[in-house]
Amino acid sequence: MAAPNKGRRPAGGQSRPGRALALILIAMVALTGGMFWSGHTTPRLGIDLAGGTSITLKAKAEPGQESAVNETNMNTAVGIIERRVNGLGVSEAEVQTQGRENIIVNIPRGTNEKQAREQVGTTAQLYFRPVLTVADGGPQVAPSATTSGSPTGTPSAKPSSSGATVGEKSATPTATATTQGRAVSEALKAPSPTPTASSSASTKPKATDTPTTPPAADAATLALQKKFTDLNCLDPKQRAAAGQGVKPTEPTVACGEDNPGVWAKYLLGPAEVEGRDVDDASAGIDQQSGQWIVDMAFTGEGSKKFQAITGKLSQQADPQNRFAIVLDGEVVSAPSVRTTLSANAQISGNFTQQTAQDLGNILSYGALPLSFETQSVDTVTAALGGDQLEAGLIAGAIGLALVIIYLVAYYRGLSLVAILSLGVSALLTYVIMALLGPAIGFALNLPAVCGAIVAIGITADSFIVYFERIRDELREGRTLRPAVERAWPRARRTIMVSDFVSFLAAAVLFIVTVGKVQGFAFTLGLTTLLDIVVVFLFTKPVMTMLAKTKFFGNGHPWSGLDPKRLGAKPPLRRSRRATAPVDAKEA
Amino acid sequence: MSKLGDLGARLHRGEVGYDFIGNRKIWYGLSILITITAIVALAVRGLNMGIEFQGGAVFTTPKTDVSVSQAQEYAEEASGHDAIVQQLGNGSLRIQVGGLDTAQSDQVREELAKDLNVPEEKIAAELVGPSWGEQIATKAWTGLGVFMILVVIYLAIAFEWRMAIAALIALIHDLTITVGIYSLVGFEVTVGTVIGLLTILGYSLYDTVVVFDSLKEQTKDITKQTRFTYSELANRSINGTLVRSINTTVVALLPVAGLLFIGGGVLGAGMLNDISLSLFVGLAAGAYSSIFIATPLVADLKEREPAIKALKKRILAKRASAAAKGEPLDAADDLPAEAAVVGPRVSRRDSQEYRG
Repeated sequence: MAAPNKGRRPAGGQSRPGRALALILIAMVALTGGMFWSGHTTPRLGIDLAGGTSITLKAKAEPGQESAVNETNMNTAVGIIERRVNGLGVSEAEVQTQGRENIIVNIPRGTNEKQAREQVGTTAQLYFRPVLTVADGGPQVAPSATTSGSPTGTPSAKPSSSGATVGEKSATPTATATTQGRAVSEALKAPSPTPTASSSASTKPKATDTPTTPPAADAATLALQKKFTDLNCLDPKQRAAAGQGVKPTEPTVACGEDNPGVWAKYLLGPAEVEGRDVDDASAGIDQQSGQWIVDMAFTGEGSKKFQAITGKLSQQADPQNRFAIVLDGEVVSAPSVRTTLSANAQISGNFTQQTAQDLGNILSYGALPLSFETQSVDTVTAALGGDQLEAGLIAGAIGLALVIIYLVAYYRGLSLVAILSLGVSALLTYVIMALLGPAIGFALNLPAVCGAIVAIGITADSFIVYFERIRDELREGRTLRPAVERAWPRARRTIMVSDFVSFLAAAVLFIVTVGKVQGFAFTLGLTTLLDIVVVFLFTKPVMTMLAKTKFFGNGHPWSGLDPKRLGAKPPLRRSRRATAPVDAKEA
Repeated sequence: MSKLGDLGARLHRGEVGYDFIGNRKIWYGLSILITITAIVALAVRGLNMGIEFQGGAVFTTPKTDVSVSQAQEYAEEASGHDAIVQQLGNGSLRIQVGGLDTAQSDQVREELAKDLNVPEEKIAAELVGPSWGEQIATKAWTGLGVFMILVVIYLAIAFEWRMAIAALIALIHDLTITVGIYSLVGFEVTVGTVIGLLTILGYSLYDTVVVFDSLKEQTKDITKQTRFTYSELANRSINGTLVRSINTTVVALLPVAGLLFIGGGVLGAGMLNDISLSLFVGLAAGAYSSIFIATPLVADLKEREPAIKALKKRILAKRASAAAKGEPLDAADDLPAEAAVVGPRVSRRDSQEYRG
């Protein structure tokens, strides 16, 4: 810390202002460039500024099950809620945990906020439905296109999107899709498929499970067939929307993830068993095979239903012997049934510990692994959000202007350094906020804006500490260049200690608190860190450079460093002290 | 402005100075008085907790011709609870209904939309369940506790334990005063208030740390001299950093004032206003306590230390003998008279430190 000989020090490392300035310049250019390159040139706005609905849910710990509120269950809940909200057609809904027991759901404006609210907190629907047909979940444009002899350019360009538009935009796939639809529909309706239908159906999903034994006449409508054919499980939107809003008594289509990233689509019969029929479920290891399995226990009524349906299913061939577990319209698992089961059942498959436990959780809690209580719902209209953003920006501008006026009035020319530093600080804060949006999901909310405004004061404080130190050195009779260097180590220590305290406060707040407090703490912490960076890499080097200029170095009256005005009593003036009494009385 | 600069120069040289330490009993007394008032106010009047802490709803309507009293009637009819209605700067209404849970408040919003004849989506609503505020408050308390412990540890390492204790007392003092003013004036306590209050944590200490830093430097070799007692040097530190403290406080308050003005002036009420109000009160208290409470407390604690005690004894004895010999210079108790000697003296000590 303690700088060695004051005479030599300025010639050494301290006076290499160019390097530090170059460093921060490069950082600024790189960050700004990154911002434009990434295309996120404005910070992402929070619900309270952009408009929308923000819902805070708190996990309720049931008596005796306090440990149920854990990270795994919270994450499962987040996944389920996300699926539900996005099932409403919201593409940018954001669901995240906050703290240990809260889940925040942010729904941008323009969506059915009411419906979203109803979906979010409630317990999910869990049904057991018999599987009628299974097909590859991927786009079926490619194979059908080949059959019809049309070029396969479109699907290869962007499989998922072209799959999504099947039956709507492009003519060729529509034709084939209808054929397929008819094939499946007839497979469902007629006890035995017509030759054309079967050939068309079996050429397509050869790789996957092909319906060999069509089920007995179900009340499946043509619309459902079309829906099944058109369904593209690789498209998240379609996937989520697939099974939404279907009555349990009606057959439906749904997607399911067989293996990570591998999707299959299902045509499912009416629900036979419901989630509330499950009494308990847990993951375990099968003693014989050593594999992970899920054990289910049914309630009294549930086991009767389960017995009846498994009795029927076990007689069927694959895939009609399979029993899909459908959660919120998505097939979580579709195990095949080998024998009639009643009160207890065991699901085995390619489970890992994680997937087995997840399934166990889903089954035993009916849906969400935890029950949630709505803590707060904040619906902000676009108009109000805009007003608040505007007010925040005006407040910030006024605050900044006031600080600048004060600095100019008090520090004169020196304020230039402060203003430039504030500018650098503001630019860095803005760019980093804009970049943190896509990077970590940072959203600028009202408290964060407040934090940024308050930080103007913190940043300016650092300069004041340094400037006053320099002035103290000048008052002791030093010339500017040594004063700038001598003042630095001490000012640096003060700045570090006080910024550390500020940062500590911000960090503690960020870790401990929830909701709006967190946004505020984040900004405060970020700006405190930037303050250090700016003071070290910008303010100090600039001061060193300015000290070499005539204007500052010679203490021009407007430089803010005029020794006379500061009332310096340098040793060389000691003899003249009598003739120059405490000067600078004038304003 | 340069008057302040001039004052800075004279403070720096010790030509002028206020005897903060000598008059500390006055300031302690004042602080104790304020603190007691704050506690009494808190006990008697309590705090005006916003709906975030009670559960309820705040609806913000678009610009409307419906009168405040009319809106209040509508809201009370729809909810069956008391409603507070405010007209905001831009002609919209802010309707606050307490004691509702999130499901009930949804219906109230629907009915309000009908009554006021505006589409439901145009009404902003903040619906808060009764336990949300409790959760925020609990976390805020936890944060406060954790921060205090950490900061005491940090200050004890960076400075010394006496300073850590004094800083902590000053911090509690600031928080008490702020809360007391909220209770006395009846400002509403919201999440924004809590945020502001928690920010004071860092800020209140900022000023204190600046003074302590100077104090630590001034008293580094205190036992090697017989000119000043610890309290006198502490007083010099306060005076020497006075301009710095004033400047940092003014600069910190200016943006907050901007927030307060805009928060209150344009939007009428809301988070901007809540945060800035508690910050404003807390910052002012923080500046006061760093000068009048924290450093005198350190001096008080320090003077109990045997080495410092002995030093004081030596200095007083020396001054007494000097007075007996009729040397007016050293006899003076206060600094101003010694200023001419003090300046160079201190700086010589500084250069020693640098060579070492």
